[in-house]
Amino acid sequence: MNGQVLLDVARQFLELSLLSIGGANAIISEIHLRSVEVEHWLTDADFSQMFALAQAAPGPNVLIVSLIGWKAAGVSGGIVAIAAMCAPSSLVAYCVAGAWERFRNAPWRIAAQAAIAPVTVGLVLASGYVLTRTVDHDWKAYVVTATTLVLAMTTRFHPLWFLGAAALLGALHVI
Amino acid sequence: MTITEPPTRPHVTRSELFTAFMKVGISGFGGVLPFARRMLVDERKWLTELEFNEILALGQFLPGPNIVNVSIIVGRRFHGVSGSLSATVGLMLLPLVIILVLAAVYGHIAEIEAVRGASNGVSAAAAGLMLAVGLKMARPIQRTPWQVTTVVVAFIAIGVLRYPLLWALGVIGPAALAIAWWLRK
Repeated sequence: MNGQVLLDVARQFLELSLLSIGGANAIISEIHLRSVEVEHWLTDADFSQMFALAQAAPGPNVLIVSLIGWKAAGVSGGIVAIAAMCAPSSLVAYCVAGAWERFRNAPWRIAAQAAIAPVTVGLVLASGYVLTRTVDHDWKAYVVTATTLVLAMTTRFHPLWFLGAAALLGALHVI
Repeated sequence: MTITEPPTRPHVTRSELFTAFMKVGISGFGGVLPFARRMLVDERKWLTELEFNEILALGQFLPGPNIVNVSIIVGRRFHGVSGSLSATVGLMLLPLVIILVLAAVYGHIAEIEAVRGASNGVSAAAAGLMLAVGLKMARPIQRTPWQVTTVVVAFIAIGVLRYPLLWALGVIGPAALAIAWWLRK
């Protein structure tokens, strides 16, 4: 049975790897859709906790997928998830890197960049929206989200300060 | 990566790639790209600023985690396949071990009230950070009607209507490409 779950984890993240135009942030909403609503590997509350853990830990943001895999199928699930998430896209990156420079001024490259940028922005904003709906359960949480958004846009503090302050407020039951 | 190559490319070994990206991996909280730039451009001087920007642009353009793509491309530049593997495994190994250990520990302490409170606080703030990242990414995009429309349509299709990403990208991507191609100078 665990083998079947491992295969599901591998299949989902192999697919997501090639769909993650714009990086890990752009597919948070899709990871939520697949892991919570389609595969039922974890609940909304679990997802919210795993996301917090991934934010609080050092390393690339994409490591959230290893936590989802861990929830689904233990440590081997975590390793399979991150390997599946990185392998196909890395293969593409390796093969394209050489050709890319030769086409620096090619019209199709310029058009492709102009087209992909707004799609990526839409996906990242969608991830932020889905996260907000998933993790905020009362008005105080919405206030924290909104305050962080405004401060992150208008100040130059390192993001870790916001996470630390929110963790402290949460631990002290202020929020 | 040939055009902006400096006349003498620095000599970088596989183990240097491994350890340098390992350092990047564990020093980054909430996104490691700034640390990658500091290490590759400022500290080790393996890449010029321009080279880094071009590699980053490609890493963001292609599917996959941006920093992983960057490590693949930088590793390839110095040692081909084995260079890419050295850089990428170096980048991911320690953070993966750390996060799985944290997850195991968290499983035991998740019931503590203060821990759950802290986790909820971090999640709420992180959602705000994600929205801020999206809005900051929107700044340099040209405000042409079709690009603004593309942002809105992608947001609604994925975020609000929750259409599967494959279908949404399959429709929105080609449509945006066609318009960009049609309007190209």
